[in-house]
Amino acid sequence: MSATLLIEQLINGLQLGTMLFLMASGLTLVFGVMGLINLAHGSFYMVGAYVTALTTASTGSFLLGLAAGSLAAAAAGAVVELLVIRRLYHRSHLDQVLATFALILIFSEGTRWLFGSSPLWLSPPEWLAGSVALPGGARYPVYRLMIIAVGVLIAAGLYLLISRTRLGMRIRAGESDREMIGALGIDIRRLYTLVFALGAALAGLAGSLVGALQSVQVGMGEPVLILAFVVIVIGGIGSIKGALLGAILVGVVDTLGRIFLPALFGLFMSPSEAAGVGTALAAMLIYILMAVILAFKPQGLFAAHD
Amino acid sequence: MNKLTRAGLGLLMTTAVATVQAEEVRIGMITTLSGGGSHLGVDVRDGFMLAIDQAARDDIEVLIQDDARRPDLAKTLSNEFMQRDEVDIMTGIIWSNLAMAVVPSVVRQGTFYLSPNAGPSALAGRLCHENYFNVAYQNDNLHGAMGAYMREQGFERPLLMAPNYPAGTDALAGFKHLYEGEVDGGEVVDELYTQLGQTDYAAEIAQIRASEADSLFFFLPGGMGISFMKQWQNSGVEMPVFGAAFSFDEIIIQAVGQAAIGAMNTSEWAYDLDNAANRAFVEAFRAAHERTPTLYAAQGYDTARLILSALDEAHPDDQDAFREALRAADFASVRGDFRFGPNQHPIQDIYVREVVEGTDGKPTNRLVGLAIEDIQDVYAEQCRM
Repeated sequence: MSATLLIEQLINGLQLGTMLFLMASGLTLVFGVMGLINLAHGSFYMVGAYVTALTTASTGSFLLGLAAGSLAAAAAGAVVELLVIRRLYHRSHLDQVLATFALILIFSEGTRWLFGSSPLWLSPPEWLAGSVALPGGARYPVYRLMIIAVGVLIAAGLYLLISRTRLGMRIRAGESDREMIGALGIDIRRLYTLVFALGAALAGLAGSLVGALQSVQVGMGEPVLILAFVVIVIGGIGSIKGALLGAILVGVVDTLGRIFLPALFGLFMSPSEAAGVGTALAAMLIYILMAVILAFKPQGLFAAHD
Repeated sequence: MNKLTRAGLGLLMTTAVATVQAEEVRIGMITTLSGGGSHLGVDVRDGFMLAIDQAARDDIEVLIQDDARRPDLAKTLSNEFMQRDEVDIMTGIIWSNLAMAVVPSVVRQGTFYLSPNAGPSALAGRLCHENYFNVAYQNDNLHGAMGAYMREQGFERPLLMAPNYPAGTDALAGFKHLYEGEVDGGEVVDELYTQLGQTDYAAEIAQIRASEADSLFFFLPGGMGISFMKQWQNSGVEMPVFGAAFSFDEIIIQAVGQAAIGAMNTSEWAYDLDNAANRAFVEAFRAAHERTPTLYAAQGYDTARLILSALDEAHPDDQDAFREALRAADFASVRGDFRFGPNQHPIQDIYVREVVEGTDGKPTNRLVGLAIEDIQDVYAEQCRM
């Protein structure tokens, strides 16, 4: 196992982590501020990817597509908040799960009805295609480096937004005492819509970025959503810092586990058995990680409400 | 109305129903029309119905149901077809796990089942049945043919990749069976098993880059293959890519785009295969659906044409005669030569196709040549009929 391979895999883990962060930050904000479990977050991921694919195909500009994808996801988020989510804040978590699960079905079947079940075509633009040499000789796709850069920028932007702006102050206030900020004359309903749309926009951006790498199809959001939930549970529900750290932890552990566990079992097993056992264990690894972290820190690494 | 007339009327009605049923043939199709991988089911259905429509017979009724790729639903639907609708023939299932849930009980209860796609090893061997016919392939066929082709082409260090589930491990076993055959050729460098439904292959691509391999053979059906090929193109790894047609049907390569160009894949059928039946089929399918048929459509079409050819000889109620007529496979297959082996699975030629840029700039498959002639699955000898 060479050092270049290790470095390359670490970057892969980082890239998966930044993408998970885009998903998890919105999810954790919505849960932290409104106390809402939103299973339909993956649908905004899908909306972002579909709109990006369609806009890129019709205008030829990937950047325009990215912007359109994020905006469309934000708009979908705002509409869903106004029509459905608003009625769920005072209901139990079970009702929220039920209603947002229904939203998943509506979004998925609606998308299938509009665009069919064949995947849409979306690729990274020419200027981001190809790969660059890493220190050490291996080559790495430019597009994946770009995803890492976008993830870092968004993380920094969110940090500034929450710690330095008036909106951020209201979000923090909403997290710690919902009734009080309403009493102080802040339009809590508009704040909720805004936060929900922001979360949806981040999910849409993640979907757009990843759609170009993977495939744009119905149901693409749900596998990522599961990982994003693992991330926010590890990071501590409601904490952006926790989401960032949790996302990178999950990304790196998942990537390295997939590669090194089969190799590890290969030391004392036949190659095909080692591949089978190693792959199976690698699939469980992040859940084991989550269980271990929860055993020591039941609230997650950086819980917002202690 | 007295008792006697009532009984007489009842008797009259049952005989009337019986005569109608004796003439009419009911075919039940359970296939995947929604959810992931539904383009396979849609193409099987469209190919099948094209042949039925062309035959223009008014004594055939086809009932179609969507299994949404769920084994439990497929099982329920098959029970409905047998008990309520009393179908004579069933067909349509795409996925091997669904076929395993449905087929054994269907054929045991005396209904004919013709598989237009799924060909799990158990149904070709241990669980083979006189009422079960596979018109597509045994699952290993295409992978094995590619193994034979790559050895013949002189690739000495292939790396294999598949998802970690039964069809994935079977695919690699099928490949190795014919790659590591009698001639001392190359050796498989490594086998990578991915998670089923995985969408990010950065870690695997890094491993392939770091390996000593001279070629890559992979089996990643559906969306997994699309994701992989797109990421592979941008990774900067230069290595010839091989697979089975499942990852390179016309619909998938459209979604993959330029990244698919140059990939070689094995298929028992190609739309540019030169025979009269195939030319007519491709033309009719394109006219009806405004798209190029996939191998699944060809399999659906062949399945329907086989049924039609057997119906010309006998009604399914005359089980022995109908079975004999199916075994004879007396129809013009779009694949050219077609015949059944002793386990009622095809013995057929497998071709190699290359993904090239079509005249409209979009990727499409082009026939390259023969991968292997008259391939028969290895499970036939386990079949006691």
